[in-house]
Amino acid sequence: MTRKSLLGGVSAAVFAFAAAGVGLADIRTGDSLVINGEIPIVTETEPAAHLEGALSTVYSGWVFRTDETRAMQADDFDNPGMLYVEQGIDAFNTVMGSEGNSCASCHENPESLANVRPSYPQWDAEHGMVQTVEMQVIECQTERMGMEEPYGYDSQQMRNMVALIASVARGQTVDVAIDGPAADAWELGREIYYTAYGQMELSCAHCHEQNYGNLIRADHLSQGQVNGFPTYRLKNANIVSVHNRFRGCIRDTRGEPYGIGSPEFVALELYVASRGNGLTVEGPAVRN
Amino acid sequence: MAENVVPRVRVPRDASAGDSVSVRTLISHPMESGLRRDGDGNPIPRQIINRFTCAFNGEMVVDVEIHPGVSTNPYFQFDAVVNETGSFEFTWYDDDGSVYTETADITVA
Repeated sequence: MTRKSLLGGVSAAVFAFAAAGVGLADIRTGDSLVINGEIPIVTETEPAAHLEGALSTVYSGWVFRTDETRAMQADDFDNPGMLYVEQGIDAFNTVMGSEGNSCASCHENPESLANVRPSYPQWDAEHGMVQTVEMQVIECQTERMGMEEPYGYDSQQMRNMVALIASVARGQTVDVAIDGPAADAWELGREIYYTAYGQMELSCAHCHEQNYGNLIRADHLSQGQVNGFPTYRLKNANIVSVHNRFRGCIRDTRGEPYGIGSPEFVALELYVASRGNGLTVEGPAVRN
Repeated sequence: MAENVVPRVRVPRDASAGDSVSVRTLISHPMESGLRRDGDGNPIPRQIINRFTCAFNGEMVVDVEIHPGVSTNPYFQFDAVVNETGSFEFTWYDDDGSVYTETADITVA
């Protein structure tokens, strides 16, 4: 009797497992996004080599959103995230710190930084660690601009600046390096991605690899790609950083999140970014 | 005056007489409802855009009364029939007495 119920339990579990899996029935794939009628965005692509067996197709988060939300991203006038990009432009041209420099003193214009977002996070040989765009901004501010108090990692000013740096790279293919000196951080990020956290015992993969397209309460799970960050979230009425979103996810597992800007989140950002290699930069994207 | 208040409008450059054109407007503004409290429990004073108007060559097109339920960065889109070349004049009225204006010209063939 005991054995039978045990077997019954096992077969029920197997059935539940088989019933899980990606659910793209409600999702309309195959649409294309062109921003301002001139910047084509890759919203679906072949997965990178390291994802073999994990994902059959890589989808931008845009694919999982409603028509109304999708449309907001197609035109800069309708994209509220661009308001923060404008504030980023003002800051870019403002002198900060003791050296009398603005960002423009070295970088001329934001467009000159168009190759940054697609390749970050990346290994920084000088500092011997993987750096995110935010860390790079802080490095510039403290080491070259003489700012004693650089932007906070998740401050509004930082998000504005990172949104500006992303916006000029829209349409460029995400291509972060995962080999060489970045390999250790990438491995750490992958381990975190597949580790279950919190009382709910959820890993990133449970939702974003095994169940994307399915409903989580009233919302469709995406693949958790970060190519659209900083992302304008309608629920926040503001742009949100990658690490802020990571923190929110781990909090929702009822776990204790890593800190924003921590080495663990930097590693996770590198790994998650590499899962989106082949997509294009969309930041600031518009999401729920 | 609230910080970073920038009005923006998008109007077609030209149209044919009698055309209905789509007018889009957006003003960046915090729209503080007056219903929230700060960390110390004190009410945060209301500061919203309470009225928005659009006129075409002096003739009123829309006149909108706005209340605290409207969220940050109010966006208005409407259609207007244009019969002649002229300019749209947009005006936003802030609770603190500030008035923000913007104009957009349209050529009607």
